[in-house]
Amino acid sequence: MSSTAMTPAPVVSDPKPRQRRLMKDGRPRSMFSIISMILLCIIWTLPTLGLLVTSFRSRDDAQSNGWWNALFNPFGTGWTFENYRKVIADADLGNAFLNGIVVALPATILPIMFAAFAAYAFTFLDFPGKDLLFIAIVAVMVVPIQVAFQPMLNLLGPNGLGISGQYIAVWLLHTGFGMPLAIYTLRNYMSTLPYSVVESAKIDGATHYQIFWKLVAPMAMPAMAAFATLQFLWVWNDLLIAKLFLNSGNSTVIVKLQGLLGTQGQGQELLTAGAFISMVLPMIVFFALQRFFVRGLTSGAVKG
Amino acid sequence: MSTATDTVVAPQRRDPDDINRANVPKIVIGLFGLILTAWALGNLFLAFGYYPQWFLDNKILIAALALIGGVGGAALLFWFLNMFIEGLPNRLSQGIMPYAFLLPGFGLIALMLIYPTIQTINYSFANANSTEYVGLANYKDIFGSKDFWNAILNNLLWLALVPAITVAIGIIVAVLADKLSAQGEKVSKSIIFLPMAISFVGASAIWNLVYAYSDKSQSQVGLLNAIVTKLGMDPKTWLQISDGKLNSLLMMVILIWLQVGFSMILLSSAIKGVPDDTLEAARIDGASELQIFFKVIIPQIRGTIVTVFITVVILVMKVFDIVYVLTNGRDNSDVIANLFFNEMFANSQAGRASAIVVVLLIAVLPILWYQVKTFREEQMNR
Repeated sequence: MSSTAMTPAPVVSDPKPRQRRLMKDGRPRSMFSIISMILLCIIWTLPTLGLLVTSFRSRDDAQSNGWWNALFNPFGTGWTFENYRKVIADADLGNAFLNGIVVALPATILPIMFAAFAAYAFTFLDFPGKDLLFIAIVAVMVVPIQVAFQPMLNLLGPNGLGISGQYIAVWLLHTGFGMPLAIYTLRNYMSTLPYSVVESAKIDGATHYQIFWKLVAPMAMPAMAAFATLQFLWVWNDLLIAKLFLNSGNSTVIVKLQGLLGTQGQGQELLTAGAFISMVLPMIVFFALQRFFVRGLTSGAVKG
Repeated sequence: MSTATDTVVAPQRRDPDDINRANVPKIVIGLFGLILTAWALGNLFLAFGYYPQWFLDNKILIAALALIGGVGGAALLFWFLNMFIEGLPNRLSQGIMPYAFLLPGFGLIALMLIYPTIQTINYSFANANSTEYVGLANYKDIFGSKDFWNAILNNLLWLALVPAITVAIGIIVAVLADKLSAQGEKVSKSIIFLPMAISFVGASAIWNLVYAYSDKSQSQVGLLNAIVTKLGMDPKTWLQISDGKLNSLLMMVILIWLQVGFSMILLSSAIKGVPDDTLEAARIDGASELQIFFKVIIPQIRGTIVTVFITVVILVMKVFDIVYVLTNGRDNSDVIANLFFNEMFANSQAGRASAIVVVLLIAVLPILWYQVKTFREEQMNR
């Protein structure tokens, strides 16, 4: 009964299938695959499960023995919501959660808006320098964002525009950093759209602006959703830009969480609750939009 | 191509004299609208920063207005820009239109990526607060410092291990999942993929718990130490052990744990895209499953393997959050991006920090060149 990935599996169309259990779709059931995948899934889940369980344990319990004890002996453990209450009240995580949303929504939508027009031009218009400009996009995708910190802190800081610390600074930065990838992804998708539709609209006298809004933008929606999912997770989970360009009143969950990680000893029980709060929204987005997310990744997402 | 059709078709539909003449009202309204919109938008966005009290200090209101202002404003901007260009004589307008569509996107790229790159290179030749040029002093400093070479060494170690292991586990998981039932495949893939949604900081918090250390006399809270003590050994402060680069290796585990999902998803769709008849043919020739895997499947998914590998390489080169949060470079675990951060913000050495980024920038150049080369080849084959 033990079949491994290495032994030759009988071909589906084999006239005399060997004695082994088949799955609904007629393929042989591979016990080796099933057992190894279950093991892998357990290994992959355990660390997160540990965090989740610990976040609901009282401080004393969490420090006296491992989180698995709470699972084996659920009635001997002091379960509590206190960590969540405290981290929201004391560490200001509720406010930070709100900040995260305020930062992430515009920083997700704005780059799509600008990138869509550029992608349209790259796909449906001909102009001198087109190839060169698009190669520039491919190139800047790889540039590490660290290059931007000192110059941008000077430009947006008190000696420049004086908007460093405000949401607007972070919106601008994420819009700029997300732009190459957005243009690249959208252009790749748009080049799969039927050119004839655009052509016939043009013959009917439609302007490019009309063609963009009425035809191309709606058709490119899947690609836009794919990029939006990617960008949302990226902005929400970002530490560097939020840490450097937001003042403490505006800072995001991730920055607060990093602060909690720095405090050893007391406050450890808040850390687990805080970490879980920081993961809730991206996980919801992830599960709801997994299809788009996968499409975004498969469309060749390389980001500097 | 498109311009050719325009010049052929358009004159039949419109009065030929009309389109080659400038439409002055359109130009004026377009230009005026452009300036007005840009001015209003600029002021609105600055007001969010300068006078939050105008918006009752309400974050949600500000975000909503930013979204409406940003998206609507951008649409309005393009609308006026379009009107302005349409007002121009036809030949001129056809030529300018594409650049007008590119302008906002490229403007942002120029401001946020190209200008800073040049400025950073510039700062790397200047002193700690960028007020005076110091020639190559910063480069001499960093190349003469032990910490810098240690960070480079660590980065190289990360580069040597993380991308390759991520790809390898990704392939294994993709192949195994492919052999499960449809339902099983979906669920197991989701589980492996899930860490992609978790931030580096969140992942560090999760694994901090795995690597946690309690005194020998106490019951171990960390999973790893619990296993080790069960095996009869003493608990260890894992992230402080630099022998054999153990602390770096343990942090690499976190990044691999995060990235395998991405690698698996891409490779899985590539493996599913391998045509069945090539596999069938190999089987008929008597190839074993292992031979089929290495000689038939792997060559056909090489492109995807390279894509995944490069994506992880770029990520690893600037790995920061995990190291910053867990060790901050202590016990010989520093990496380039963390060294940069500490030079810049803890030590206020903008010059040296910029020099470190320039080194990073030079290190990504081969990848940049490769990306451009692959892109051009793809374009030729289209």
